[in-house]
Amino acid sequence: MRKGLAGQRLVAVFIAGLLLLNYPILSLFDRPLSLFGLPLLHVYLFVVWLALIVAAAWIVERGAR
Amino acid sequence: MLPGWLIVAASFAYLLLLFAVAHFGDRRADQGRSIIDNPWVYSLSLAVYCTAWTYFGSVGRAASGGLWFLPTYLGPTLGLALAWLVVLKMIRIARSQRITSIADFVASRYGKSHLLGGLVTLIAVVGIVPYIALQLKAISSGYALLVGEHDSLFRVSAQGGWWQDGTLYIALTLAAFTVLFGTRHLDTTERHEGMVAAIAFESVVKLLAFLAVGIYVTYWLYDGFGDLYARALAVPELNDLLVFDGGGKLGYGGWFAHVLLAMLSIIFLPRQFQIAVVENVNEQHLRRATWAFPAYLLAINLFVLPIAIGGLLHFGQGTVDPDTFVLTLPMAHENAALALFVFIGGLSAATGMVIVEAIALSTMVCNDLVMPMLLRSRRLHLARERDLTGLLLGIRRGAIVLLLLLGYLYFRLAGEAYALVSIGLISFAAVAQFAPAVLGGMYWRGGTREGALAGLLAGFGVWAYTLLLPSFAKSGWLDSSFLEHGLFGLGWLKPEQLFGLAGWDNISHALFWSMVANIGAYVLVSLARVPTGAEATQGAAFVDVLRRAQSRPASFWRSGAEVRELLPLVARFLGQHRTEEAFRAYARAHGLDDVARLKADPELVHFAESLLAGAIGSASARVMVSTVVQEEPLGLDEVMDILDEASQVRAYSHQLEEKSRALEAATAELRAANEQLKELDRLKDDFMSSVTHELRTPLTSIRAFSEMMLEDPQIALEDRQRFLGIIVSETVRLTRLVNQVLDMAKIESGHAEWHNTDIDLCELVRHSVEATQQLFRDRAAVVQLHLPPSMPTLRADHDRLLQVMLNLLSNAAKFVPVGSGRVDVSLRCERDAGGARARVDVKDNGPGIDPAQQPVVFQKFRQGGDERSRPQGTGLGLPISRQIIEHFGGRLWLRSAPGDGATFSFELPLTSAPAE
Repeated sequence: MRKGLAGQRLVAVFIAGLLLLNYPILSLFDRPLSLFGLPLLHVYLFVVWLALIVAAAWIVERGAR
Repeated sequence: MLPGWLIVAASFAYLLLLFAVAHFGDRRADQGRSIIDNPWVYSLSLAVYCTAWTYFGSVGRAASGGLWFLPTYLGPTLGLALAWLVVLKMIRIARSQRITSIADFVASRYGKSHLLGGLVTLIAVVGIVPYIALQLKAISSGYALLVGEHDSLFRVSAQGGWWQDGTLYIALTLAAFTVLFGTRHLDTTERHEGMVAAIAFESVVKLLAFLAVGIYVTYWLYDGFGDLYARALAVPELNDLLVFDGGGKLGYGGWFAHVLLAMLSIIFLPRQFQIAVVENVNEQHLRRATWAFPAYLLAINLFVLPIAIGGLLHFGQGTVDPDTFVLTLPMAHENAALALFVFIGGLSAATGMVIVEAIALSTMVCNDLVMPMLLRSRRLHLARERDLTGLLLGIRRGAIVLLLLLGYLYFRLAGEAYALVSIGLISFAAVAQFAPAVLGGMYWRGGTREGALAGLLAGFGVWAYTLLLPSFAKSGWLDSSFLEHGLFGLGWLKPEQLFGLAGWDNISHALFWSMVANIGAYVLVSLARVPTGAEATQGAAFVDVLRRAQSRPASFWRSGAEVRELLPLVARFLGQHRTEEAFRAYARAHGLDDVARLKADPELVHFAESLLAGAIGSASARVMVSTVVQEEPLGLDEVMDILDEASQVRAYSHQLEEKSRALEAATAELRAANEQLKELDRLKDDFMSSVTHELRTPLTSIRAFSEMMLEDPQIALEDRQRFLGIIVSETVRLTRLVNQVLDMAKIESGHAEWHNTDIDLCELVRHSVEATQQLFRDRAAVVQLHLPPSMPTLRADHDRLLQVMLNLLSNAAKFVPVGSGRVDVSLRCERDAGGARARVDVKDNGPGIDPAQQPVVFQKFRQGGDERSRPQGTGLGLPISRQIIEHFGGRLWLRSAPGDGATFSFELPLTSAPAE
């Protein structure tokens, strides 16, 4: 049961990643703005990437206990 | 810059270190204390994904396209999120079927077909050899840069003859290394623990080296991320790197295609399949890898853009090849030690890829290309007694050397050509062709051998036409006219604009058309016929692998084999010692102490076949086993008959189950009804005995007094009067009892007559109190009336309600203490969500009723109180009152505490709410 839930959560992470890292959402951040002196798009991509990894880690390590 | 001997020595020292790690891993594995049985090691070994192409090429790609190096690493992140579903299933399948390569996986799924295994191997070799060449090129140009064979723009000077070419020796060294680790001995599971340990170690080295150069460039040469980006902004030519698609060539569709491609390649690249599936020790390791491997990718990509920007700022655009920035930046700043470390990191990335890829490919070549051919030739069958383990190992070692030499050859031929530098994504697109056959085979039972064959051929064909040939043409090896004008001058056959589909980059274009062709052919051809018995068996085994517990595989064979034939057969490929060990373990697991006592049933045949499958591939194992086992495969019709029969039996038993369930339900109902009847019967008996008892008491006294008077005419008139009085009162009691019993029976049976009129409850209560005035006066009790000024009228039977009131009041009169009795009668109107109700309370200050006795007073013939204090009465008053109140939809209840009087209350719903 628990395992099934973790699997479904990971699928949700996958879908969220597919959405956030692709057109059209990606195009929203392709603007000549900068955040802490870094281009917005670069910061966005790395932050989303990190968020996906953290989400996956939370899901699988929680289930492992 | 650095002396050649130093670099060579460092490289060899590094390889020796790897060797030591691998040796340590193997030794620990033999001792049963595996060091790779650890989720971190598994995650790190997956990082064999990061090759020299990542190590050097990412910076190059970032220097020309900004963020475009990223999809190759975002794809795996997404792919790994699905790994817990997809890769887990692959691991289970591989374990249960003893699958040792992706070619074997496909061949085994579609009925253990030699043809399919061979085709997959071929595609993999064609797609991967150039990739190996790329790794060799990375090492050789890195070496050349370090020793200083370059001009001021770090261009490597021309190569000499092949015998002078260090790359050849690199290739041979790597081949030797791979042979030592990959093919030390034959194993049924094809696991290489030492190799995996070495790969995990290499992943750490390359990450550290890349982070070192990244930190060096970002924080040593420049002043952190902010500084680098600020400087890049100041240079107009570099601004393109900071937005999404500065080059304007690829667009978001291209981005998506790159992500998808990387996602597929993380599973379908032969080396990834080898590490993720074949070398997996414990499927739980997959959990940690789900996030740890993407985290590794994130870490190794963090400094790609800073290095690219730093290199471009330092050297300017169009001068030094950005692919070499990780080496040339430290060199330009005279940091030789760091440059050497970076070179070692690059060596790690390249050797890791080459070793795993060569092992995976050599297994495929041996099991799915060479073995089938050898099996077909007659000579092998003649030499039955020969031990073939040596031959198998020889084939694999030869394949490894051959693959690396092929890689070297391609490197020599291609040089700096386009066909080499663009090979990374082209390779990915080639292995992506496995996706429909593998994924389809894992989730769809309908796929057939011809379908998979057609899909692979179509996809591979389109890939070759739209990606491989154009890359050759761009390298100048082919006449490029077909690129511009299409094959035979047909415009719609232009390889990079097939059917006029223009405006896409070549990778997305090729991916789209090859997938359309691949999936289309796979599905359409598969649908042309029903899967055969073998395909259906394997299909079920693959699709349902997660649902089936470790059950024995269904055997559709009627075998006539002998253990003394099976064992030597397996021993020929696995070696005598290992085979005997495996058979002994099998015998022990079946509770037999001797191998000779094993029966060659289908299960044993399957066991032997899976042992062989690990060594020579499932298709060849099938063929080998069938040479000694006189198996008659059941025809499809027979299998279908068995299945039909089984499904009929199942349907029948299902019906039986339904029926027995229905019967059980009916039985339960009957039992309940029976219980109810018994209860009613018991109640009736109780009732009858109570009634007769109650009748007998007055009758006895009437009879006694009548007899006394009859027998003794001398009784004084005074006594006679007294006796007659008693007789009359007892008769009255009898009459009342009989009336009440009749009344009760009528109400219970529903035959009572009800004369409903509009009743003013105030009037009724007052009337009842007046009627019982005499009773209270006898006991000198006070009755207090609390009536509202007005009450809405109620529709009910006046006499019946009066009967209830009289009953309650006379009960109260019976129990109040003589002299100090007090009874409160109150009437009020209550309203809540349930509607308006009239409520009457009759409260006395008598002894009260014990809680245990409270439910009893409403039962027939059961009076409250103990025997001594029991007052006159039939014991039917309260039950009848309750029946009457319930008839009008109300309820009658009692609230009392011992010593504190009792309150009998009833409420009746007012049918119509009173006007406000």
